[in-house]
Amino acid sequence: MSTLPRATELGLIGCHVCGQVCRAVDEGDGVLACPRCGSSLHRRKPAVYARCWALLIAAFLMYVPANVLPIMRTASLGDIDDNTILSGVVELWVKGSPGLAVIVFCASIMVPMLKFLALSTLLITCRRGSNWARRQRAQLYRLVELIGYWSMLDVFVVALLTALVRFGYFSLVEPLPGVVFFGLTVVLTMFASMCFDPRLIWDGKEDSDD
Amino acid sequence: MDLSPTDAPDDATAAQALLICEHCDTVYHRRPLAKGEGAECARCGAVLERCRGMRANGLLALILTALVVFAQATLWPIVTLGLNGQYVDATLWDVIHTMWLDQSQVVAVLAALTLFVFPLCKIFALGWLLLYARSGRRAPGFRPLMVAMHHLGPWTMSEVFVLGALVSIVKAHLYFDVLPDPGIYAYAGLMLLITVFAGVDLSRLWDETREESP
Repeated sequence: MSTLPRATELGLIGCHVCGQVCRAVDEGDGVLACPRCGSSLHRRKPAVYARCWALLIAAFLMYVPANVLPIMRTASLGDIDDNTILSGVVELWVKGSPGLAVIVFCASIMVPMLKFLALSTLLITCRRGSNWARRQRAQLYRLVELIGYWSMLDVFVVALLTALVRFGYFSLVEPLPGVVFFGLTVVLTMFASMCFDPRLIWDGKEDSDD
Repeated sequence: MDLSPTDAPDDATAAQALLICEHCDTVYHRRPLAKGEGAECARCGAVLERCRGMRANGLLALILTALVVFAQATLWPIVTLGLNGQYVDATLWDVIHTMWLDQSQVVAVLAALTLFVFPLCKIFALGWLLLYARSGRRAPGFRPLMVAMHHLGPWTMSEVFVLGALVSIVKAHLYFDVLPDPGIYAYAGLMLLITVFAGVDLSRLWDETREESP
């Protein structure tokens, strides 16, 4: 494993945008630009910890009202019913189809939680230069990147139901502030995972047993 | 460790013989891939490169299909709900418009960007790039378009919307008559096309095309 050369050791930089292999001429790491696509070159993405933690904390602050506040109001014949994300899942499980309830539960509750836990684990272990389960952590990051945007599911469900259920006094669906907070949570966690640089996972001391 | 100037990959061909894993920074010698083959990083397991089984011509045809299907999915109503003989249908634009009017402008903007603006930009940009890539040329504006495509990355969410539509239908089915409209079929088609394009390694266009005039 340790025989695989890394770009930093060879004085090379791979462009984050187009993948072009460039020779790192300047040690200052100032304003190097990729000769092929013109994007700025970095050995590692800039200010990973500061940006990632800031976005993650902001996302978590949005996540609390997103779960506590109702996301949707159903009014039918004067009977008003406010739904949170969790009660929506429960309703789907009890009345509709349990299979779909599982999907919504995964997308709306498990995926955001997984993102918070995974990204904070990655940030803490990378900061310590830990060599614990590197390959698994790399896979975890790719999983977070792959499934992150599916959390928008509930936001789109509320939007579509609001547009469709417009039967005046008989039946009406309205979005409530929870859905806005939830949408912001998803966007902020997506930005947070984009700010993270998975190369940091491999930057600590090389382990011998692997 | 520093490389001496003699073996430094300072010219373009030498640089293209190397490949750096974008997930862990490991350097590899590039090996030509056969159709449908892929290369995986030995250190972190990420996909290094993939050779699509389809030429630019085939992809261009699919992009044109995607444009037609996308137009249908956006313009046609998705589903109709019925209650006591009263019927309401909604297109994507009705969805965005109602969210804007219902104090959820943030959601309206998010939906407009991820379901309409970004996918449309992606389709047009990819079509434009492939139109020239058929003959190995770089389209005017190749560089900024490729960079923009990279940054658009996960911000197109039509496939999430399709799943959202299914969930909405199941939820609405309990209280209303649900009639599927052409839009939902167009979205189903679009989802298939998105799956095809998800397997395309776009960054290969950098290597497969040449600048028109040096």
